[in-house]
Amino acid sequence: MSRIKQTFATLKKENKKGLVTFITAGDPSAEKSLSVLRALPESGADFIEIGMPFTDPMADGPAIQDSSLRALARGMSLKGVLKMVTDFRSGNTQTPIILMGYFNPIYSYGTENFMADAAKAGADGLIIVDLPPEEDSELRIPATKAGLDLIKLVTPTTNDNRLQTVIEHASGFLYYVSITGVTGTKSANIDEVGKHIAHIKTQTDLPVAVGFGIKTPEDAANMCKIADAVVVGSSIVDNMQKNQDDNALAQIIANQVTALKQAI
Amino acid sequence: MLQKVHNNGLQEDKTMTKAQKIENPNSFTNGPDENGHFGIYGGRYVAETLMPLILDVEKAWHAARDDQAFWDEFNGLAKDYIGRPSPLYYAKATTEHLGGAKVYFKRDELNHTGAHKINHCLGQILVARRMGKTRIIAETGAGQHGVATATVCALFDMPCTVFMGAEDVERQSPNVFRMKLLGAEVIPVTSGSGTLKDAMNEALRHWVANVEDTYYLIGTVAGPHPYPEMVRDFQSVIGSETKEQMMEKEGRLPDSLVACIGGGSNAMGLFHTFLNDTDVQMFGVEAGGHGVDTDKHAASLNGGKPGILHGMRSYFLQNDDGQITEAHSISAGLDYPGIGPEHAFLNDIKRVQYVSVTDDEALEAFKMLAKLEGIIPALEPSHAFAHIMKIAPTLPKDHIMVMNLCGRGDKDIFTVAEKLGIEI
Repeated sequence: MSRIKQTFATLKKENKKGLVTFITAGDPSAEKSLSVLRALPESGADFIEIGMPFTDPMADGPAIQDSSLRALARGMSLKGVLKMVTDFRSGNTQTPIILMGYFNPIYSYGTENFMADAAKAGADGLIIVDLPPEEDSELRIPATKAGLDLIKLVTPTTNDNRLQTVIEHASGFLYYVSITGVTGTKSANIDEVGKHIAHIKTQTDLPVAVGFGIKTPEDAANMCKIADAVVVGSSIVDNMQKNQDDNALAQIIANQVTALKQAI
Repeated sequence: MLQKVHNNGLQEDKTMTKAQKIENPNSFTNGPDENGHFGIYGGRYVAETLMPLILDVEKAWHAARDDQAFWDEFNGLAKDYIGRPSPLYYAKATTEHLGGAKVYFKRDELNHTGAHKINHCLGQILVARRMGKTRIIAETGAGQHGVATATVCALFDMPCTVFMGAEDVERQSPNVFRMKLLGAEVIPVTSGSGTLKDAMNEALRHWVANVEDTYYLIGTVAGPHPYPEMVRDFQSVIGSETKEQMMEKEGRLPDSLVACIGGGSNAMGLFHTFLNDTDVQMFGVEAGGHGVDTDKHAASLNGGKPGILHGMRSYFLQNDDGQITEAHSISAGLDYPGIGPEHAFLNDIKRVQYVSVTDDEALEAFKMLAKLEGIIPALEPSHAFAHIMKIAPTLPKDHIMVMNLCGRGDKDIFTVAEKLGIEI
């Protein structure tokens, strides 16, 4: 059983909800983001999303845009991301790692090679924001071959017809984007999100995680009433930026993650 | 009998059924396929939030394309508001000076707002109105597309928001003022590198957050399907007029076509109607900046590689890690690190030859055209003219060339003066 499946199964058995935490690889530096990454599981992260920085992150708000550019300026690359996953796996074999980013760097790396290398490094899934189902076969097929889940985004604009298209080849879990907007901007309307998720649940058995616009432990607690997991990204990235020069950065982020986990 | 739908060079497509198209694999005008692909290029690489909207735009555009009333409205305004058809002008002094090929200019710089951009702005705002959208957003680099968008928004009384790189807002203040006079709101974009590509990212982000009421009026033959096809079809009025005018003047087709390429809208507009006339040679002229062997140019085909950005697969300037790099050109309108997907396709199948011209060569051509013909061109078509200056002397006198003079140079006099070290 894949790590993603296993983790959701365990959570379900224990009647708990999942916490997905996002950090950008290489921000504020390769070493510091690795030290934060290593501290995440113990502080309460059930899943970890690692942002693969890209110069033109068109689905991201200012927090993740800026962190991507900082990471690139400090030399992060796709190879660097995979090295970070390898280093993390030397101390953790349990927590699922999901790589999140945009298609161009992967395409440039060579899609098949990247899938093989990502699986070898110990990644479990991928979220590629600018690859809708209509265009994803060239990535999905090698991903499946390498044993990686391609996690699909469902949004408030995804109507019934499209929902079928989106879930047709989905695996791992579904990522419900709770707002029409970019990451870390608006706050979600929980009633609206609840309706959509209830509908999605009638169409698939896959777990549903909710993300975009979830900032505080209260937000996370509310969303967990209706979803299997919540994704917190921009507010962690923001916190990392504010404390990037603090020697206790990993501990500060660990505290934030613990507060989120305790709330859900 | 065939229905003459409109005069934009699309009659040809209308006369072919789908089956006939497939039986005619040698046609260069089949693209894009139903998913918006030109060969491996094009497509719809957007976030899921935008997908339903992109599909709506496609549906509305295809319905409009098949509706005579839509083209009647477009053609009426193209004639009386834009001033179409634009003249096809025999450039006698140029021809004599260069001493080779016979050179014609397609005078799209005489359009209202001074460039070809108004053609696709008019077409797109009519589509947006049919969709029931109530506000328009656009990106702009130099400000030409922003001014043309603000113009049609004023004409149709629709609110208009233009995203412009903060650096470009500084460099192009006359156009910022024009947009504001026309009633548009100009938002300086500071994210990323604060230039055209970031303005496009920001427009896409804004669109994701305002999908209900907003139409994104893209300024070139780029972006996700159906934009490359739609913008091309609105711009192909340039080529179909040229064909008709050339038949009147010379009784035959031209031997070669020359157009500058940033995103590629004016070139696609000139080329498309002629793609199946395989005796007509075509040159797309990219902005070579300081030279394509330096890191300061905007030649995506000559100096980039295939990739995915802004909703499409095409050629992009990028580093070994697939990170998009900055474009550079003396001409702000060519200063884009990508190119429309149909050009990428035409490049790979070698139907069009893509060459490049440096900043300095374009500047020389700018000065030469002003003196020879009494026409101050924009820096964009100055690139096309620089290529003509290179090849026309080597060609026989019965070789007929057409260059798309796609914009006038009023907006560029400050840039040129600065480059020449002259204080205005």
